[in-house]
Amino acid sequence: MAFKHKHLLGIQTLGPSDITTVLDTAESFCNISTREIKKVPILRGKIIINLFFEPSTRTLSSFELAAKRLSADIISLNKQSSSVIKGESLKDTIKNLEAMNPDSLIIRHSAAGVPYFATTFCQSHIINAGDGAHEHPTQALLDALTIRQKKKSFKNLKVLIVGDILHSRVARSNIFLLKKMGARVVLVGPPSLLPAEFKKFGVEIDYDFDRAIKKADVIMMLRIQLERQKKNYFPSIREYRNLYGLTEKRFRRAKKNAIIMHPGPINRGVEISADMADSAKSVILKQVENGIATRMAVLYLLLGGKEREAIN
Amino acid sequence: MKEKIKAKVMDSRKMKRAVHRMTTEIIERNRNLKNVVIVGIRTRGIYLGKRISNLIKELEKIDIPVGILDITLYRDDFSELEAQNMVKKTEINFSVEKKDVLLVDDVLFTGRTIRAAMDSLIDLGRPKTIQLLVLIDRGHRELPIRADYVGKFLPTSKRELVQVKLKEIDSNDEALITEPAGMK
Amino acid sequence: MKLLIKNGRVIDPSSRTDESLDLLLDKGRIVDIKTKIKTDGAKVIDASRLVIAPGFIDMHVHLRDPGQEDKETIATGSLAAAKGGFTSIACMPNTHPVNDNRGVTEYILSEANKKAVVNIFPVASITKGQKGKELTDMADLIDAGAIAFSDDGHPVENSDTMRRALEYAKILNTLIIDHCEDKNLSGQGVMNEGYYSYLYGLRGIPGSSEEIMVARDVILAEKAEARIHIAHLSVKGAVDIVKEAKKKRIKVTAEVTPHHLFLNDSCIETYNTNLKMNPPLRSKEDTQALIKGIQEGVVDVLATDHAPHTPDEKDVEFDQAPFGINGLETAVSLFLDRLVDKKIISLKRFIEMISTSPALILELENKGKICIGADADLTLLDLHKEIIIDVDTFKSKSRNNPFQGWKLKGMPVITIVGGKIAYSSSSIKSK
Repeated sequence: MAFKHKHLLGIQTLGPSDITTVLDTAESFCNISTREIKKVPILRGKIIINLFFEPSTRTLSSFELAAKRLSADIISLNKQSSSVIKGESLKDTIKNLEAMNPDSLIIRHSAAGVPYFATTFCQSHIINAGDGAHEHPTQALLDALTIRQKKKSFKNLKVLIVGDILHSRVARSNIFLLKKMGARVVLVGPPSLLPAEFKKFGVEIDYDFDRAIKKADVIMMLRIQLERQKKNYFPSIREYRNLYGLTEKRFRRAKKNAIIMHPGPINRGVEISADMADSAKSVILKQVENGIATRMAVLYLLLGGKEREAIN
Repeated sequence: MKEKIKAKVMDSRKMKRAVHRMTTEIIERNRNLKNVVIVGIRTRGIYLGKRISNLIKELEKIDIPVGILDITLYRDDFSELEAQNMVKKTEINFSVEKKDVLLVDDVLFTGRTIRAAMDSLIDLGRPKTIQLLVLIDRGHRELPIRADYVGKFLPTSKRELVQVKLKEIDSNDEALITEPAGMK
Repeated sequence: MKLLIKNGRVIDPSSRTDESLDLLLDKGRIVDIKTKIKTDGAKVIDASRLVIAPGFIDMHVHLRDPGQEDKETIATGSLAAAKGGFTSIACMPNTHPVNDNRGVTEYILSEANKKAVVNIFPVASITKGQKGKELTDMADLIDAGAIAFSDDGHPVENSDTMRRALEYAKILNTLIIDHCEDKNLSGQGVMNEGYYSYLYGLRGIPGSSEEIMVARDVILAEKAEARIHIAHLSVKGAVDIVKEAKKKRIKVTAEVTPHHLFLNDSCIETYNTNLKMNPPLRSKEDTQALIKGIQEGVVDVLATDHAPHTPDEKDVEFDQAPFGINGLETAVSLFLDRLVDKKIISLKRFIEMISTSPALILELENKGKICIGADADLTLLDLHKEIIIDVDTFKSKSRNNPFQGWKLKGMPVITIVGGKIAYSSSSIKSK
């Protein structure tokens, strides 16, 4: 199946066959990272700009390595090195970078909708590397690749997403993707971070982690931002850990072959105990590894072929 | 796109004979047969490569490993394609370092596929030699590339297409010259 | 010069008039109303096929002058109002400086006197600097020309301060207008809290932030026996509270805007910042409750909350964009098409909500009605003319309107203020 999208703004705009195409392509890229020469020439001469208005290590370096393995030229800019800090408007900053004729702009921003906004005045391929609490499509795709490698299929898998659903773009993109691929998604967290209206996404909601974890195939833990406590989203770290932290005792209720995922960065001892993060059931580092192949696949699929009509 | 069959240039008997002849040539030319590895170019090069490996096993009792090469990532026409080609896995489970690599493809045309295949192979290691085997050489080279083993030289016009069918994935063994419909 | 308007269908809800009549205007007043008026030396407007209504009054407008003249000025805002069919507008106090003292009120009125083509009624702030702490000198402001009081987008958070303001308003017989929002609940929100805010990943403003303040205001108004006007109702719960309060004969009135009626939170899909305003676009259920509120008479007034911003300010990420949309030049066509033509309310009820009622609420004695001696403020409507909204034709300085490209039936064609033509659409010729 040909991948017809010009941009990757979110999972919402992708169909199940698009997702399968990305995962299949990523699978083919996996072994490039283990070769002596970790580089193929396919995107030679293409220019990519990483434009990160929010701090990131994982995603930024993952995109950089993905681009480099495909022989593209990539530069990375962060908020400190951009003129936004000097009072330039976001649109002007992006337009100035566009004027340098990149083939693709990879954008991360704290405001939802910024990648979409960029498509309204940019010619290049826009890739969303995380926009506010909206979407983080490459994270969901690399998570899906990891799940598929371990579980073969998504059909009827019981996937738990646990934690700060309200503020999480990772949760949203994963919900969209897993639902499209036929998995059963159960969201777990305190009501302050998991409003009941999330049910409308076609997922189940459970405020009781111990009950929800029974027979789970995949347990995806989300990072809990400690500053949320100041706004009373939860009373204390201790209380949060007791109710929603993944511990060995809790994990025993899941299926025997269940896997533990986390998009990182981890707060050890908060949402996940250290022994769980490092256990044999944890695929957290596999996720990071798969991130490169997934992003290579996205770059390859978007930048390949003739200029396409814009289909977001 | 519909296409019109213009001629059948090889049937299963002729193909079998050609593969057999080329295999004998390989055996003759490579004194150290144990150093030979076969790399088939997706898709039909894989099956041709396997046939040759089986035949060598039959004749010389030597196991020659067969790897699969996907050249999509080394193509030079990436930006001109209507849509991206699907990338498939390169599966070469042996080292090509210092080996005599026999590169196998069904049809040799412009030479660009072979250029990509050689670049790709060299990124995997440094072979001692690379030899090229094709079932059909239809001419019209755009690069200075020549096959070491050729099943059949076939003069064609540029707009014609040459299709090789192998019973492993197609219905039968044959080679056809076809022409896209609507072109005169 | 006298102005004679012939053959129009005169609709005046206050006198239950709906018939074809000629009107003669002179020296700013309506001087004669008859089936046929013959007079010499008057300019004549043939209003056949047109509806003549008492001049429309927009109780909720931001003119940005003084201080933010790049967004709008009293001159451009008044032109936009005239084009939109409004003969009078009340302008909110969130200018720079805030209209919290006699000087600013007088500035606005003197600018209006020099440059405006419609009547302008300044609304002064309840507290100094809209800071919610010290009350303004309300009597002095009324004397200077303030018509009502509101802290607008910075609603008085302290209930005791609001209580005192209402008590003063009572003895001064003036009106308190409140933008009802509990800022703790709305926090950093940028759109309605609910399924769509979760879907689009934008921070939510819960409906409860409005409901709580509406409830507080009616409780305080009841105790103070004062009049309170709820600006831009947007949620079902708030409509219910106003309905209950009216049953108890509390002196509460309420308004709604076109955008809260005809758009909802699902529209924000493309992060169009022209859909960002406060209160935010609410859910479909809320818009249905507002429509019902209009039909049942819970909602008294239609207003625009015209809030101009420059294109540069709006051409940013959704989170960063200022709240508010331009509305003066699109409201009447929207109401005529979506409410009147679709038979949700009658033409008479519409005119009542946009002219008669605001005049009563703001106590504009000679406005909002058509009778001999009334102010010669009239809005002439063509109910059949179709328009396509085009922001580039706006008289307003700003373009931040979400209805761009909408095709609507019915529009204001002539606006007469004080017996003079303030605006006439090019398709209408007068002799």
